[in-house]
Amino acid sequence: LGRTRAAQRGSPSCRRELCCDGDWHCTASWKTHSGSMWRVTWAHPEFGQVLASCSFDRTAAVWEEIVGESNDKLRGQSHWVKRTTLVDSRTSVTNVKFAPKHMGLMLATCSADGLVRIYEAPDVMNLSQWSLQHEISCKLSCSCISWNPSSSRAHSPMIAVGSDDSSPNAMAKVQIFEYNENTRKYAKAETLMTVTDPVHDIAFAPNLGRSFHILAIATKDVRIFTLKPVRKELTSSGGPTKFEIHIVAQFDNHNSQVWRVSWNITGTVLASSGDDGCCTGILKGNGSPVSGSSQQGNSNPSLGSTTLSLQNSLNGSSASRKHS
Amino acid sequence: MEELDGEPTVTLIPGVNSKKKQMCFDWGPGEMLVCETSFNKKEKSETAPNCPFIYIIWKDVDVYSHILRKLFNESHGIFVGLQRIEEELTGKSRKAQLVRVSKNYRSVIRACMEEMHQFAIAAKDPASGRQFSSQVSILSAMELIWNLCEILFIEVAPAGPLLLHLLDWVRLHVCEVDSLSADVLGSENPSKHESFWNLPGNTQTLTELELKWQHWREECERHLQDGTFASSPRLESLCKIMLGDEAALLEQKELLSNWYHFLVTRLLYSHPTVKPIDLHFYAQSSLDMFLGGESSPEPLDNILMAAFEFDIHQVIKECSIALSNWWFVAHLTDLLDHCRLLQAHNLYFGSNMREFLLLEYASGLFAHHSLWQLGVDYFDYCPELGRVSLELHIERIPLNTERKALKVLRICEQRQMTEQVRSICKILAMKAVRNNRLGSALSWSIRAKDAAFATLVSDRFLRDYCERGCFSDLDLIDNLGPAMMLSDRLTFLGKYREFHRLYGEKRFGDAASLLLSLMTSQIAPRSFWMTLLTDALPLLEQKQVIFSAEQTYELMRCLEDLTSGKPERADPDAQRLQDDDIETTKVEMLRLALARNLARAIIREGSLEGS
Repeated sequence: LGRTRAAQRGSPSCRRELCCDGDWHCTASWKTHSGSMWRVTWAHPEFGQVLASCSFDRTAAVWEEIVGESNDKLRGQSHWVKRTTLVDSRTSVTNVKFAPKHMGLMLATCSADGLVRIYEAPDVMNLSQWSLQHEISCKLSCSCISWNPSSSRAHSPMIAVGSDDSSPNAMAKVQIFEYNENTRKYAKAETLMTVTDPVHDIAFAPNLGRSFHILAIATKDVRIFTLKPVRKELTSSGGPTKFEIHIVAQFDNHNSQVWRVSWNITGTVLASSGDDGCCTGILKGNGSPVSGSSQQGNSNPSLGSTTLSLQNSLNGSSASRKHS
Repeated sequence: MEELDGEPTVTLIPGVNSKKKQMCFDWGPGEMLVCETSFNKKEKSETAPNCPFIYIIWKDVDVYSHILRKLFNESHGIFVGLQRIEEELTGKSRKAQLVRVSKNYRSVIRACMEEMHQFAIAAKDPASGRQFSSQVSILSAMELIWNLCEILFIEVAPAGPLLLHLLDWVRLHVCEVDSLSADVLGSENPSKHESFWNLPGNTQTLTELELKWQHWREECERHLQDGTFASSPRLESLCKIMLGDEAALLEQKELLSNWYHFLVTRLLYSHPTVKPIDLHFYAQSSLDMFLGGESSPEPLDNILMAAFEFDIHQVIKECSIALSNWWFVAHLTDLLDHCRLLQAHNLYFGSNMREFLLLEYASGLFAHHSLWQLGVDYFDYCPELGRVSLELHIERIPLNTERKALKVLRICEQRQMTEQVRSICKILAMKAVRNNRLGSALSWSIRAKDAAFATLVSDRFLRDYCERGCFSDLDLIDNLGPAMMLSDRLTFLGKYREFHRLYGEKRFGDAASLLLSLMTSQIAPRSFWMTLLTDALPLLEQKQVIFSAEQTYELMRCLEDLTSGKPERADPDAQRLQDDDIETTKVEMLRLALARNLARAIIREGSLEGS
C-alpha cells in the first residue's frame, strides 16, 4: 500500500518492479534466478514490501525492499535484496504463493517432483529465517497452488493443488489438502475426479462470509466448482472435512488451453487468459448446484441458478487500434 | 435463469498479436494490468513475447470524468437522504416524497447534461467535442427513461392524468430537441384541449370526461363527412389527425421525431383516457407502425417499451447492458425498491437486485482516489454483503498520505472494523520501521493496539539510544500517557525517558528511585541493565548521598546478578561482560562507586537518626 505496485517476471530470469504514483515507472530491475522464472507474488503489505519468486532452476526465493539509509547517497531510494533461497526442491519449482495473512508469514511452493512445501518465517522481522514446516506429497507433477483465503474460524487452512502431469496413469488433476489441528499436518481432503485434463492454474475465490468455497480452475476450459463442507457430526471425527463438490460453470470460450484464472477483490469477476487472449466474466452466482450429473460446457453456459455474462473480452491486436 | 445476453464486447490491446501471443494479467485496485507473455514451459520457444509493454485496462472510466463527478457527488447526497428518511415515509405523503426524490435525481442529471453541453460547445477540437456531445445524448436518454419510470412506476398516474403526464414527458424531451418542427404539430392541439379538460381543480369524473370527449369526436366526424374542410386539404388532414387517424398522423412522420412521440399523439386523439394496463398495447403498435419494418428497434426503444409494459426488471436489465456504468440502474433500482416495487427477485448472489447493483456501483467508485468515500456510504446501506465488501475494498486503498490513512482509519473505527484498523496500522507501522521512522512506527503500533510490534519498535528506540546516546521522537515518548501500558517494553521506554527527564530537572532522589525500580520490577530487559547501572554512576558520584543504603544494596545485588553468569541461563550478556575489557572496567568502576556510596549512606543514615 502507499503506491500501487506490480512485479513482473521478465525473460528469462530478470524481474522488474513497477511503481505507480499516477504514472507507472520502473523502480527496480534485477536479475534473479539462473533459470527462467515462472511466477512472482507479493506478500501482504503487513509484512512490508516482500516478494517471492520461483524458477526453473529448482529454487524459490524471498525478496525484500530496502530503503536507503538517510545518511548515505542512496537516501530514499530502494533496492531489493534476496533474503533467502529455498533449495529443497529437486525439480523446477512451478508456483509459489503466500498464505493468507492471518496464518502469519507463510508460503507454499509446488514442484514438478509432485511435492508441495510449506515454509514459515517465525520472526516477521527476519526474512532470512524460514523453516520447512510441511511437505505434502501429491504424487503428480504440480503446476499450481492456491490458498483458501477464508479467515473464518469455521475453516481450517486449506490449499488446492493442480497438476499438469501428462502421464497416462495420472487421472484426477486437482487435490485439496486441509490442515488438521490434531495431527498438526496437512491431509488430503478431496480430489476433483472430473478434472482429468492438465491443469495450469487454480484460484479460490475471496470468501465473503460464505460457508462454502468456490474454486476456479484453468484447464482445457475454465471451470468453477463449489465445495460445501459436510457437517462434521456426520463424518468420522478427527479426519479431514468432507465436501460436497459441484461444478457450477464451465466455459470454453477460449477454444484453447486456459493458462491463468484470477478473481477480483470481491470475487464477482473472474478473469482468465488463454491462447486467444484474456477474458473477464461477471459471476452472479451463489454456486447452487444444478440437479443432475456433470454439465458439458458449450458457448452458452447457463447452468441452472448461476448466471454468467461475459462482459468483456480482451484480445490482442496487431493493428494499431485504440482500446476503449 | 438468464443466459448470455449477447456477445461480449471486445477490447483490443494494441501491439499484441492475439493469434500468436498469450497474455498474462493481474487485478489492481481499480484496473487490470495485462501484458504479453509465453506460458510455454520449455526454455527455448519460438513464440517468445516481443511486445514490451504492460497495459493498464480501466473498467470504470466514467469515474474519472470530472463533469460526471458532480453527478456522483450530488446523487450520493440524494441517495443517503432517501435511505435516512425511509422510516419517516408513511401514508399519503409517501408517494409525494418519493416523487420529489425522483425529480431531484432528474434535476441532477439535467444539470450535468447542461454542463456537458457547454463543454461540447466550447470544445477546442472536434474529437472531444463529439465525445462531450455523445455524453450529452446518453445523459438525455437516461433522463428520458427515468422520467418515464417516474410517471409509470412512482407517480403511478391513474387513467386520465396518465396521458397528461405523458404529454409533459414528450414535450419536455422530444419537443425540446426538435423544437422547431414539433411546434407546428405539438403546440396547436394541447391548447385546444387544455380548456376542454379544465384540469386545475378538476371536479369531473372520468366518465363525464369520456362522455364530453365522445361528443366532441362525433362532432369532428360529422364535419369531416360533411366536407366542411374539403376546400383546405391541410385542415382536413388536421381534422383526421384530431380523430386519431393513424395514417394521417404517420403522414406527418418527419414532424414526429420518434415512435413514442407518435404514441402519445395517437393516444391524445384516440384514447385520452388510456389506462396504464392498456398502454403497452398501443406502445407496441406505435413502435411497429412508426418503424414500418424499415428499421429495427434500438436499445433505447427496447427500454422504453419494457417500461410501457411495466416490466421493471426488463427495464433494469436492458439499462444495465446498454449503459457503461452502474450509476443509473443502481440509483433507479434503489428508488423503485423504496417504492416497494421490486419483489424478492432473488439473484443467486445471496442478495437482492438492488443490493447487487449498489455493490457493483460502489465497487466502481473505489477505483477513484477520492470518490471511494462516497462508495463507503453505499456499502453501508447494503445489509447483506455491504460490510464485507467494504472490508475487502478498504484494505486495498493506497495510503499515499497520512491524511488519507487517517481518513480511512476513521471510517473503519466508526464501523468497528477492528481487524481492518489493526491491519492498516500494522502496514503503516511496518512501512515506518523500514524507513527508520521510529516515532511514526510507534504511534501506528499504539493505534493498532499491537503489543508485539510496540515492543519491537521500543527495542529499536532503545538500541538507537545505546548507539547514539540520545532519543529520537522525544515528544511522542514523553506524551505516551496510558498507551504506555500496551507492552512492557514500551512501558520501560516511557519510564526510562522519564528517568532522564527527572535527572535533567535535577530531581535526583526521584530519578534514583525510578532507576532502581526499573530493574527490581523486572520491567527493564536484562540486556539493558548494564546501561541502567552505568546511568546510576553519576548519581553515585554526586556530592550528596542520593541512593540510600538499602537502595545501594539492591543495586549491588543487581550488578552481581548480571555478572554472575548463572550456568543454566547461559546469559550472553554475562559472557560478554567477562570477555570484554571495557565491560570489566565498567563493572570495576561500578563496584567501587557502589561501595563508596554504601559507606557514605550508612554514615549519613546513622547520624541523622531521629531528625
